[in-house]
Amino acid sequence: MLGDMMSTEAKIRSYILENFLFTDVADAFADSDSFLERGIIDSTGVLELIFFVEEQFGIKVADKEMVPENFDSVDNIARFVQSKQAA
Amino acid sequence: MPVPFLLHDTLLRSAARHTEKAAVIVEGHAYTYAQLQDAAQRLANALQERGVMRGDRVAIYMDNTWPCVVSIYATLMAGAVFLLINPQTKADKLAFVLDDSDARILITDGHLSNVFLPVLAQTEQLLGAICSGKQPEADKVESFDTVLTATKSAEPNISTIPLDLAALIYTSGSTGNPKGVMQTHQSMLFAAASLSRYLRLAETDKILCVLPLAFDYGLYQLLMAISLGATLVLERSFTFPAQIFARMEEQQVTVFPGVPTIFAMLLSTHGREPLCFPSVTRVTNTAAALPDDFAARLRQIFPNALIYKMYGLTECKRVSYLEPELVDQKPGSVGKAIPGTEVYLLSPDGQPVPAGESGILYVRGPHVMLGYWKRPDLTEFMLKPGKLPGERVLCTQDYFRMDEQGFLYFVGRNDDIIKTRGEKVSPAEVENALHSIVGVREAAVVGVPDELLGAAVRAYVVLETGSELTEKQIRQHCLARLENYMVPKDVVFCADLPKTVTGKVSKKLLLETKS
Repeated sequence: MLGDMMSTEAKIRSYILENFLFTDVADAFADSDSFLERGIIDSTGVLELIFFVEEQFGIKVADKEMVPENFDSVDNIARFVQSKQAA
Repeated sequence: MPVPFLLHDTLLRSAARHTEKAAVIVEGHAYTYAQLQDAAQRLANALQERGVMRGDRVAIYMDNTWPCVVSIYATLMAGAVFLLINPQTKADKLAFVLDDSDARILITDGHLSNVFLPVLAQTEQLLGAICSGKQPEADKVESFDTVLTATKSAEPNISTIPLDLAALIYTSGSTGNPKGVMQTHQSMLFAAASLSRYLRLAETDKILCVLPLAFDYGLYQLLMAISLGATLVLERSFTFPAQIFARMEEQQVTVFPGVPTIFAMLLSTHGREPLCFPSVTRVTNTAAALPDDFAARLRQIFPNALIYKMYGLTECKRVSYLEPELVDQKPGSVGKAIPGTEVYLLSPDGQPVPAGESGILYVRGPHVMLGYWKRPDLTEFMLKPGKLPGERVLCTQDYFRMDEQGFLYFVGRNDDIIKTRGEKVSPAEVENALHSIVGVREAAVVGVPDELLGAAVRAYVVLETGSELTEKQIRQHCLARLENYMVPKDVVFCADLPKTVTGKVSKKLLLETKS
């Protein structure tokens, strides 16, 4: 499957573009951009994002892990997913 | 320190009493009353030096940040009128509000430069912009920090009196464009005092604010905290609940103001991993009705808290509240008029309404707005002659009923405003955005029930023949023009929209055809 060939960053980026920005334009934001500062995600969107990450990467996100350090940018999510998968 | 006449006098009074106490704690960083007074006075002087005169408008387009708090008080100290613009606002609407208010200075955040820079170029009456955070390279844009350090902190000279405007609070209306609610120093001072009284707030309180300061109930958390000499624990938003929970524990927050969507998220989190905040002694809900079973469930999370159900509208800040001891005895009620005000119900032809029957709610008190900025037509619709000569009372245009003991029950709105996650959405505003998309022939927007949001925004769209627009493209267009919460959650394509005999789109029939 093509999806499995994609990097973690690319999968997250594609989900954000599709579900929050409704676009295919890949350079709409940078992997290091803060979702909060760019107004990309709000309080109801972050729960959808967390459900996506849990399902897509087969990890369980504890409530206390739902913080900006783990979820406020593509880079942060990728780092978080990799650390969970390594654990 | 004398009794405050002006809204910012409360800051001077609290700063004199509590120099080194934390006035605001922004994402964990504490700022004292002395620091707030010093920074606000510096910025006030800077505003005056840049040409801001008594009664001029200063637009604050910012997140919940320290510079935003400073800017609110600085504007008042400069003798000017502040207006707060939600940071989710896009270029078209930002331009509209700056233009409508004739704002002289824009105070903003660097990360919003993609939106505000193009607008600055086309807004003639604006003298300049002051920008916190990352500086964009542009003419007429100065750095917030540089402006503060370069300006003296002496108390500015102003001739403001309590009848002068303190703020324009922009609110969505059924006509599409937002309108500025005019509030004076004395009305805002009064409202803050009335709310503080019934919420039983004291200077020992630590009030959490996760609501945008651009939303009037968020703003009043700040006004009340400063007025009381209490501490505001300010967070950017409720987007990352775990961060808020940690802050509540760390700061031992005592007051938790929210909207139903926030409480729904709290209850959902509580279902996954139990939450408990024993330090919180008051929980307050506004913007939309709290579902009846929420109060009992919230007590598990806040075992020591009084739970307040309230009703209000920007035009008078707050109308009513239910004494928290009566929450179980009066389910569904939003209580009685707030202290120092009164309410009554009249029929559409102006006659008193018997107990138990529905009527239009009228509000009388010092908290009632002066009117809508530059909109005498709309003002006349909402403000009616009162009991005393020259007095005006607020006709909310909302239907209520009152029981034998005078408790109010919400019956329905008289307009089609959608309340989604506590925000007001004007269907006309969303429809205007839809109509501006090439390929859309007709569009109608309604609210549909949603467990988390209260109501979700749904668009019904008729495409031009041959148009291949997709739902995604339509939402993308909307996102470029509208605040995120206004963007339709779903788009239903139809061949035609049902009309009434007069040719208007029938939203009632639309909802029936879908369900």
